[in-house]
Amino acid sequence: MKILVIEDEPELLGVIRQSLQKEHFLVEEAPDFETAIRKIIAYDYDCILLDIMLPGGNGMDILKELKTMRKADNVIIISANDSLDDKVQGLNLGADDYLTKPFHIAELNARIRSVLRRKAFSGKNILELGNVKLDLDERTVSIRDTPVAFNRKELDVLTYFMLNHNRLVLKTALAEHVWGAYADEANDYEFLYSQIKNLRRKLNEHESSLEIRAVYGIGYKMQVI
Amino acid sequence: MKLLNHTLLYLSVSLLGVLGLWAVVFYFFMLQEVKETVDDGLTNYKMFIVHRAQGDTSMLSSNLFGDKNYRINEISAEKAIRVLDTYKDTLIYQERLEQHAPVRLLTTAFVANEKYYELKIISAVINKADLIRKLFLALAALYGVMLASILVVNNFVLKKIWKPFHYLLTQLRNFKLGNTPLFKPAHTSVKEFRELNDSLQSLLQRNSDTYLSQKQFNENASHELQTPLAISINKLELLAERGALTDEDAATVGEVIQALESLKRLNKALLLLSKIENQQFAEEQKVRFNDIFQRLAKDFADLLRFRKVQIQLLEEGGFEKQMNYALAEILVVNLLKNAIVHNIPGGTIVITVSNSGFNIENTGDASEPLDEEKMFNRFYKRSAESGSTGLGLAIVKAIAGLYHLSAHYSFGTGKHRFSIQAGDNGTGQERKHS
Repeated sequence: MKILVIEDEPELLGVIRQSLQKEHFLVEEAPDFETAIRKIIAYDYDCILLDIMLPGGNGMDILKELKTMRKADNVIIISANDSLDDKVQGLNLGADDYLTKPFHIAELNARIRSVLRRKAFSGKNILELGNVKLDLDERTVSIRDTPVAFNRKELDVLTYFMLNHNRLVLKTALAEHVWGAYADEANDYEFLYSQIKNLRRKLNEHESSLEIRAVYGIGYKMQVI
Repeated sequence: MKLLNHTLLYLSVSLLGVLGLWAVVFYFFMLQEVKETVDDGLTNYKMFIVHRAQGDTSMLSSNLFGDKNYRINEISAEKAIRVLDTYKDTLIYQERLEQHAPVRLLTTAFVANEKYYELKIISAVINKADLIRKLFLALAALYGVMLASILVVNNFVLKKIWKPFHYLLTQLRNFKLGNTPLFKPAHTSVKEFRELNDSLQSLLQRNSDTYLSQKQFNENASHELQTPLAISINKLELLAERGALTDEDAATVGEVIQALESLKRLNKALLLLSKIENQQFAEEQKVRFNDIFQRLAKDFADLLRFRKVQIQLLEEGGFEKQMNYALAEILVVNLLKNAIVHNIPGGTIVITVSNSGFNIENTGDASEPLDEEKMFNRFYKRSAESGSTGLGLAIVKAIAGLYHLSAHYSFGTGKHRFSIQAGDNGTGQERKHS
C-alpha cells in the first residue's frame, strides 16, 4: 500500500511517516506544491494525505488536478483550517475525508483504513480480526459466527479499536472519536471506562480472541490473543 | 427630553423675563407720554380760558367745578404772585359717578380786569388699573403667539437643520465592528456637522482598523498554534506507543498529552467564538429545535444513564428559527452538556420547548444561584473544574446574540434554569433598536 503525504511542516510529516510505517505502508513525501503535482502525475497512490496551505500553492488546486485525473476519491485533507467552507469545498472536489489539525494518530489511522477498505472492497464492508467480524454497513457484530448485540457507542468503540489494532489508542482520542464535538470534559473518561468495561465483558462472554489492554493508564491497545 | 423641547423650555422662561421687563418699561413710558399729552392739553386749555375770561366776566365767578372742568377763584395780589403753574394728580369727587375719580389738576393764576384770580383746571386721566390689565392681556397674547411660532419653527425648521445629526446618530447606532458597510458621512453644509462627520469617520475607521488587526491576530495565532499542537501530541503518542517507558514516565506523558488536549480544545473554542463573532456561518436554514433535542436526548442516553440523570423533553410547541444548523446544534449541546456535567446522581433535566423558545432546567451540584452577570463571560468557572474550557456558555451567548435570541439564567427551588427565547430582549449586550 502506497501513501503520499503532502505536508510542508517537516516535524508533522515525520510523525505521520513514523506512524504509517508502523502499519507497514510505503510512505512517499511531498513538502511543497511542485513536488506534490509532479508525484501525483507520475505515480498512483492508494491514499493521499493533503495539507491545504502549502508553499508554492494551494492544496485545493492539487485536489482539482486529482479530480480531473479521477484520483480524488482516496484523498484525506489534513488542514489547520476548521472552516466549513473549506470542508465543503474539499468534499465537493471529491476528497474522501477532512481531518482538522491537531488530530490523533489513531484517528488518522482509522480514516486511512476506511479509505483503503472502501477502495479495496467495493462490495461488502466487513472488518475481520481474530474471530470477530464487524459489518460496517449493517452495524452488526458476530463472534465465532454468532451474532452478538452491541449498543451504538460500544459498536463505535469496538470499530475504532479494530481499525487501530496493535496500536496505542489514547483515551482522549477514543473519547473524541466516539463523542465527536461533544467530548470536551475530562470527566467523560469515567464514562468511557464504563463503556470499555462493558465491551470487555461482552468479548469475554462470547470467548472472543480479542483483548483490550490498558496501557500505562493513558490509553488502550487491542490485541489478538 | 428632546433637544427641541429643551430649547423651547429655556426660550419660554427667558421670553417671559424679557417680555415682563419690557412690559414694565413700556408701562412707565406710556404713563409718562400720556401725562405729558394731558399736561399739554391743560396748558392749551388754560390759555383759552384766560383769554376768554378777559372778555367774559361771568366766567370769573365759577368758583365750583360743577359741570365744567375748571374753577376760578379771586385771590389777593400777593398770593397770586406766589402762584406758579403746578400740575398734579389728585382725586376729585364726581357726582356723576358718585365716587372719587383720579384727575390731572393744573393750578395757575391770571389777571383780569385788574383783579387776580386762581384757575384750577382738571382733565380726566388714564385709568392705570385698566392700562395694566389691557397691557397684560396684550402681552399674554404676544407671549402665546411667540411660543407657538417658536414651536412651529422648531418643528419645521430645526428638524430640518438637525437632520444630518439624526442621520449620524442612526449610523452610529447601527454601527457594528467587523461587519460594517462603511460609515457614510451625512450631506450637510453646516460647519459643526461637517466636523462631526470627519471626527466620526476617523474614529470609526481607527476602531475598525484596530478591530481587524486584532481579529486577524487572534485568528492567525489560533491557527498557527494548531500545527505545533498536532506535532507535540502526535510525538508523545508515538513515544508512548514505543512501549519503552516506565509506568511513572508514561503517566507523565499522559498528563502532558491531557494538558495539550485542553489547550487544543481551548484553541478550537476560541476559534469558534471568533468565527461566530465574525459571522462566518453564513449558511442558514429553518432549524427545528424540537428535532435537535430529540436526537441529542438519544445521543446522550448512554451518558445520562451512566450519570444516573433523568431527562424529560416536554414539547409544548415547536420552536423554529432561521439560522445555521451547526451553530444551533452547538448551542443546544453546550447547554445540555452543562446541565449533565453539573448535575447530581439521581438528578433531573427538564427541557421545555414552546413556540417562542426553550428552557432547560436541571438539578445541580450548586445549591445556590450562580452569578448570571458573569456566567456568560469567557473563562468563567465557578470552581476549579478540570478539563472545562470555561467557554461553553460564552459560545452560547455569542450564538444567541448573533441570531437575536435572549439567553437567561435563573434559579428557583433548587433548580438551575437556562432560557433561550426568540426576540432580542436583552442578553445584556445587544442594543435595542428603536
